Amino acid sequence: MGGSGDIDRNIFRFVIRFSVKETALVCLLVAAAQAFYYVTLDLPKNIMNQGIQGQGIQFPKEVLGWFSVDQIGYLLWLCLLFFLAVLVNGAVKQYINSLKGKLGERLLRRLRYSLVERILRFPIPHFRKVSSGELIPMVTSEVEQIGGFMGDAFVQPLMQAGMLLTIALFLFMQNPVMGLAAISLFPFQAYIVPMLQKRVKALGKERVRAVRKVSERIGETVGGIHEVRANGTASWERADYAERFGTIFRIRFDIYQRKSLVKFINNFLSQCAPLLFYSIGGYLVIQGQLSLGALVAALSAHKDMTAPWKELLDYYQQAQDAQQKYEQVVEQFRPEQMLPEGLHELPADPAPGLGGDIALAGLSVAEDAQTKLLEAVSLTIPHGAKVALVGAAGGGREALAMTLARLYLPSSGTLRVGERDLTRLPDAHLGASMGYVGPGAYHFSTSVRDNLVYGLRQRPVAAPEKRSASRTRWLAEAARAGNLPLDVEDNWIDYSRAGVANAEQFDAVAARVLERVDLAEDVFLFGLRGRVDPRAKPAVAEAILAARAAFRERLSGPQADPALKGLIESFDPTRYNDNATLAENLLFGTPIDPAFEVDVLAEQRDFLAVLQKQGMADELIAMGRKVAETMVELFAGLPAGHEFFDRFSFIAADDLPTFQAIVARTAPDESGKLPAISNEDRARLIGLPLKLVNARHRLGLITPDFKGRVLETRAAIHDAFGKGPAAGKIAFFDPESYNAAAAIQDNILFGRVAYGQAKAQAIVGKAMREVLDTLGLRERVFEVGLDFQVGVGGSRLTPAQRQKLALARALVKRPEILVLNDALAVLDSSTQVKTLDGALAAAGSATVVAALADAALAAKFDRVVVMADGRVAQDGRYDELIGQDGPLKELLAL
Amino acid sequence: MSIKEETDALKRIPLFAKLDPAKLKLLAFMSQRLTYEPGQAIFSQGDAGDAAYIVLEGEAAVLIDTNSGPTEIARTGKHEIVGEIAILCEVPRTATVRAAGDNSLVCLKIEKDDFMALVNEFPSMGLEIMRELARRIVKTNAQLRNAMAAKSA
Repeated sequence: MGGSGDIDRNIFRFVIRFSVKETALVCLLVAAAQAFYYVTLDLPKNIMNQGIQGQGIQFPKEVLGWFSVDQIGYLLWLCLLFFLAVLVNGAVKQYINSLKGKLGERLLRRLRYSLVERILRFPIPHFRKVSSGELIPMVTSEVEQIGGFMGDAFVQPLMQAGMLLTIALFLFMQNPVMGLAAISLFPFQAYIVPMLQKRVKALGKERVRAVRKVSERIGETVGGIHEVRANGTASWERADYAERFGTIFRIRFDIYQRKSLVKFINNFLSQCAPLLFYSIGGYLVIQGQLSLGALVAALSAHKDMTAPWKELLDYYQQAQDAQQKYEQVVEQFRPEQMLPEGLHELPADPAPGLGGDIALAGLSVAEDAQTKLLEAVSLTIPHGAKVALVGAAGGGREALAMTLARLYLPSSGTLRVGERDLTRLPDAHLGASMGYVGPGAYHFSTSVRDNLVYGLRQRPVAAPEKRSASRTRWLAEAARAGNLPLDVEDNWIDYSRAGVANAEQFDAVAARVLERVDLAEDVFLFGLRGRVDPRAKPAVAEAILAARAAFRERLSGPQADPALKGLIESFDPTRYNDNATLAENLLFGTPIDPAFEVDVLAEQRDFLAVLQKQGMADELIAMGRKVAETMVELFAGLPAGHEFFDRFSFIAADDLPTFQAIVARTAPDESGKLPAISNEDRARLIGLPLKLVNARHRLGLITPDFKGRVLETRAAIHDAFGKGPAAGKIAFFDPESYNAAAAIQDNILFGRVAYGQAKAQAIVGKAMREVLDTLGLRERVFEVGLDFQVGVGGSRLTPAQRQKLALARALVKRPEILVLNDALAVLDSSTQVKTLDGALAAAGSATVVAALADAALAAKFDRVVVMADGRVAQDGRYDELIGQDGPLKELLAL
Repeated sequence: MSIKEETDALKRIPLFAKLDPAKLKLLAFMSQRLTYEPGQAIFSQGDAGDAAYIVLEGEAAVLIDTNSGPTEIARTGKHEIVGEIAILCEVPRTATVRAAGDNSLVCLKIEKDDFMALVNEFPSMGLEIMRELARRIVKTNAQLRNAMAAKSA
């Protein structure tokens, strides 16, 4: 892909290899631009001598053989010519710059792509040596600086040297002596600058190393934060950072000083040059060997010369810098034993399958020169066999499983499946037919469904009939930068490998497989907690509303379920709900706008305005004071950070003194009138009672009278936020419509489970399920559960759920070979047995090889291979092996 | 139903009677008020003990499993505590407790972990409870002595 082969170690080779044509074009343009540039140098002399001084010209003079002008007219004519030359010269330069920019960006894209492409081919053991903390800045920020240079790599020296030569040529044309004077100092500079630069280069290398070490250390601090805190070593860590930053400081300042010395020498020498002009040139003018015009032009030409010369020297510094950074990045991307590039090439034919026996002959795997993971393993696993790999950790069972999935490449020996050499099988073919689940499986930060179909994404299976012109250009540009020109927006999911035709049918497969691995119930629960957009899925919303109606029947219909009596308090527009917060009772809906969430509601101005208008604000402030007083009374004796604050208190430990102060300064006077209260105190006090759940907190503050006023305010809020500009911030509870902001289960319940009713949650949960099952809605909810976002690395799943989902992912693609590597070790033992049974049943006729931490599970397999010290220690049927003294018996005795 | 009423109920339990009222209020605030329908079990014999219950309204029957099925050995009424041993030490429930009578049973559930956390924070609470337990032992010893005397007599 891209066919970049090995990556060049030299940045110039990298640039020229991928930009021969562009560079040649720029050379031509640079040469062309010089002609115009020469004109801009030469014309000032003519303007001085002919235009202003009128030397050697008869006026009126004819221009272009067409019209004649006087001296003023001629001067203006020459100026116009000068202007045109400047314009053309500028335009060409601008064009070159734009070309250069495109070239640079394309090369940067190519470089980044090559680096990522190589990460994908790193040998697995190498990932233990590199941290993502090192790789990420290299691909993101470090190459960014190199990218800017790559556009300049050839163009900049060509352009600047071209200008310099043109100026030198011009000076020589005026007077050879002056030409010599102008360039006389260059050799000196050209000698001294690289000398100083050498040391800068070495320092630069040191700097990159030091910074990289720091990023590694930051990674360690983040990863090891528990140890740092638990061991109280923050000071040691800080001292370590101080030391490292000190080193970076020293290096950077050293570089800065040397660079500024180079600058100083350059500036000094360039400013010395006019001295030569005034002395030598002045002498020549006095002697009559040089016109004044020529001297002025020479002076201005020399002034022009300093710019390209400075650019050239800068370029030299940048080139050194870039080459060194480039080298240091690229070096990190050339580990030994990378996966051969050809394996990532997308083969033309779809996966032919991996039928046939697996045969290992004299197979060895070495992690590095010293450590051998497997030694001369020879083994034949017939197609369809179910084989358990057991043995002590590190004895080779994990390495063998990983080698079978080609995560490790053998260092010697052969590994075949049927007629095919597994080590040479294209990646896309292998991935299509092989399922692998390791310990600590990873999940991508997307939905459960997307993680399930990840194993079906080897190649685009359907392209749109006609690709838009802009998309085609987009892909062509990718190809020009050596990127993979496949469209990521095509359909990459090959549902046929899951045994279905399309995405709609896939959910049934997902349900079946998840059931096998004991994850279906979890996904169903995700669904119950999930939200549905009724505009996107009107049918689902409709069905949930039907479930709400059916559930209501069970609660209060003629055939009401007595077990549910009093367990749920439904949302009733005409009643205060004792099991909901005061905020919910006021809004009587679910916030859509985050500003209406209960924690910040008291700061919402429009909401406060309604409270004020309804005359409830003062009442809530008084309530807030009582809640605050109670909290202070209850929790004041507890130390900050006590778990009770989190679990029971309305006020965080740190805020208790603040609230104590607020209560004191808002005390009403003798006549019971509240003093003037700042907006901030007001919001804090009103915020407290909003969280009160009457049935739970039992503070006795919510009286029947108060409830009546809440209901009035509820109506006012509905008027204020139900329509007009403020609409759409709250999804109001409406018995007849679906609430998009609330979870499915809340939509079905349409109320709150009552506090204080024994075992209420369990009974209600069961009843809700029965309703869903009767209406045949289980699948609908399950589909919503498949949309559950698993979080970065699957962080929103438990470790057991992560392993089960990975197993489901491997099974969904119906692999011919399924390799499990301690895949279920995190599950508790009864679930482990259940899940393994499910997986074996789902695998059907596939070959299954499972490395097992728990040797007892091997009883479920046809055959057991015991690994020890990287070799096969015992191999045979489970029931035979346990009958004889040997490694398996020892393992089981442990 | 308010926290004051529950605090008062706690105060009537000998085990808690001498505790600082503010702590009792906190205990009441942290505890759950639960309602059981007649016949519903609060806990069953053999369960792990994780909470004590204070009856606020209604009646509870204490039953133990015998060869001839569950047998009621006692009734607890308003402001009495059941299962209090469970919040002091790790023993399985020695009896089953059910809501009895015609009306529903309302009780305050004191979680063992919360109670222990509170005792940890306020050791004086522990001391008071120790005293109360010691009184119980004295009482039990006296009863035992009387029983022995009656038997030997």
